[in-house]
Amino acid sequence: MAATIPSSTHGAPAGGGPMRIVLIGANHRTAPVELRERVAFSAENARRAAQELRARGVVGEVVVVSTCNRSELYGVPGENPECADAALEDFITSFHGLPPGSLNGSLYHHHDHDAVRHLFRVASGLDSMLLGEAEILGQVRQAYMLAFENGATGPVLNRLFQSALEVGKRVRTETQIGARPMSAAFAAVKLAEQIFGRLRDHRGLILGAGAMGEQLVEHLRDRGMNSIYVANRSRERGEELARRVSGEAFAWDDLPHALELPDIVVTCAAGGQVLSRSLMERAMQSRGDRAMFVIDLGVPRNVEASVADLYNVYLYTMDNLADIVKQNRHAREKEIPRAEALISEQLEKFKVWQASARSVALLAELRDKLQHNREEFLRKHMDEMEHLTPEDRERVARLTAELLDSILELPASRLREEKELRRKLEEIEAVRHLFGLEKNQP
Amino acid sequence: MTSFLDNLVLAFYVASLGLHIWYLYTDSRFIGRLGTFCLAGGVVSHYFALLSRAHAMNSVPYQDFYGSLSLFAWLLAVTYLGIERFHRQRSVAPFVLPFVVAFVAISTFLAPETAAVAHTKAHGPLFALHVTITILGYAAFALSFVVSLLYLAQNRWLRDRRLGSVIWRFPALEVLERMSRSSVIVGVAALSIGMVLGFVWAHRLLGQYVTGDPKEIISLVVLLVYAIYLRLSRQTAWRGARACRLCVASFFVVIFSYTVVNFYLSSYHRFF
Repeated sequence: MAATIPSSTHGAPAGGGPMRIVLIGANHRTAPVELRERVAFSAENARRAAQELRARGVVGEVVVVSTCNRSELYGVPGENPECADAALEDFITSFHGLPPGSLNGSLYHHHDHDAVRHLFRVASGLDSMLLGEAEILGQVRQAYMLAFENGATGPVLNRLFQSALEVGKRVRTETQIGARPMSAAFAAVKLAEQIFGRLRDHRGLILGAGAMGEQLVEHLRDRGMNSIYVANRSRERGEELARRVSGEAFAWDDLPHALELPDIVVTCAAGGQVLSRSLMERAMQSRGDRAMFVIDLGVPRNVEASVADLYNVYLYTMDNLADIVKQNRHAREKEIPRAEALISEQLEKFKVWQASARSVALLAELRDKLQHNREEFLRKHMDEMEHLTPEDRERVARLTAELLDSILELPASRLREEKELRRKLEEIEAVRHLFGLEKNQP
Repeated sequence: MTSFLDNLVLAFYVASLGLHIWYLYTDSRFIGRLGTFCLAGGVVSHYFALLSRAHAMNSVPYQDFYGSLSLFAWLLAVTYLGIERFHRQRSVAPFVLPFVVAFVAISTFLAPETAAVAHTKAHGPLFALHVTITILGYAAFALSFVVSLLYLAQNRWLRDRRLGSVIWRFPALEVLERMSRSSVIVGVAALSIGMVLGFVWAHRLLGQYVTGDPKEIISLVVLLVYAIYLRLSRQTAWRGARACRLCVASFFVVIFSYTVVNFYLSSYHRFF
């Protein structure tokens, strides 16, 4: 996305009351794929949903995060925070045209710091189906940018999502959570890059028309491989696959010749052994022992095991790739505590920001209220003091304004400097009560 | 007593080593750049440290073991920095920089208080170039040795399917092979130029180009084995592990030249 993340995160929520954050959503743990598909939001739907929710006053700020595995609404409730959960649930149901109650048990609700922690975990890939996946951070960024550009965010969600993007990035760079491939196809591509470096100048050959092989070739293409050959026992199916992967079809009988060209060979043929040691020996000889990476995805295996002993041949079977994925999964799981520690650190920062934003709001309210009282006081008593000249009246007004400033100076600096978050929050609520700053007070 | 400059050099190299190890673990581009920056800082400050040593001795610091070691470490760092920038690969640093750090530490802390002052006729720009460029050649061979060992280790892990956590951070086998070849090209070129300068210097000093010193013969052998490596490593049948094994084996000739020939056979090549 071309737009940049907004840098201004200052300011406090209007009204200065407690900043509630609500989250409602469904993900791969709570809802089956059929249901997730039905509650997914396209970009246009997300924009429309945000608009409607704000127009109805359910939320003042809202961001819709919708991916293959989750649909979540993050909001700052409007006038009636107590009703926000029910209102959001009703909204999701009606927006997607689902019968009432059809989402029972499939939705989760989180509030305030639980919602914040949840988003931080999502952005870090800890809540993903594929632990530590990289795409989610981009998806969260995209969701936020969409909401921001449509004016659906405010100070709270701006700060929340920027913090989430920051912690997601930190988790990726400071831990090994996303360092190693987690799918067999991706592991094979990474291995190919570990042997050959850039794949742009290397050629691939796919033997057989299995789906897994095709998926692997797609990955190789994504990584820059241009030349792909296809050979299949059935010439028609081979040509069809070659068309799909923009490759060149070879006749199955030409296999000895075809093996001279590629550096990466993917076998996924039915019917057992395709590449014998003697065939590979001849192929390696005619290609001058140039390195070859052979990925055997066939079950039963397509490549004779002793091919692995040939000079400059790297042979990996499906089991080998599965082992790598398993090792990598364990390695990623070991990184979870480090990632959680970073998330907790970011959560503390967010709490501090919340408290400081509330302090600023409280002070502004207090100043407004005292200012109002001062003006009332002056209006009432100036009439009684007729002997005062206009200059004297102006002086009295200035002195009372200065008095007000000096009264507020100390609590203002105390509120700014107070570090003990919990105590501060309690004090803020107490001060609010003490000066009659609750919403229903005049 | 070590000078501030000596300590600064060591601090830069240690920091660079630490940052490169950190980079290998985290893959953070920022950390990698910081590591390269520290290495560049080390190379620059090391140059001035060597210059001050050379001023004190009125010659290139080669006539004592510690000076020679420091010069070798500097040229190893320079060669590595050049190869790192050329191939845009930082992952080899954790395997090269320990040697740089060790050599600099030895030459900083174990060198005698007063540097031996050269009283021979071995000084002047031509001689300085002869020594420096020859040691640059040896440093480049040392680098190709380390890179080839790394290739062989990674090749073994890949063939045996024993993939640890760090292997994904290493350069690809093909890149390592190219790095090794680049280092050898630098080494062969530098040693050839250094030898020619040596012959010219010998002619000025002794009136003859070739003196028959064993160091001259072993240097020609070193050139020959690396020339064979360069020739074979371009042939497809030799590419990969075979070429790297040859590169590793060739370095043993360099070690022989640096130790047995220097200490026991050569009459005037003590420390380079």
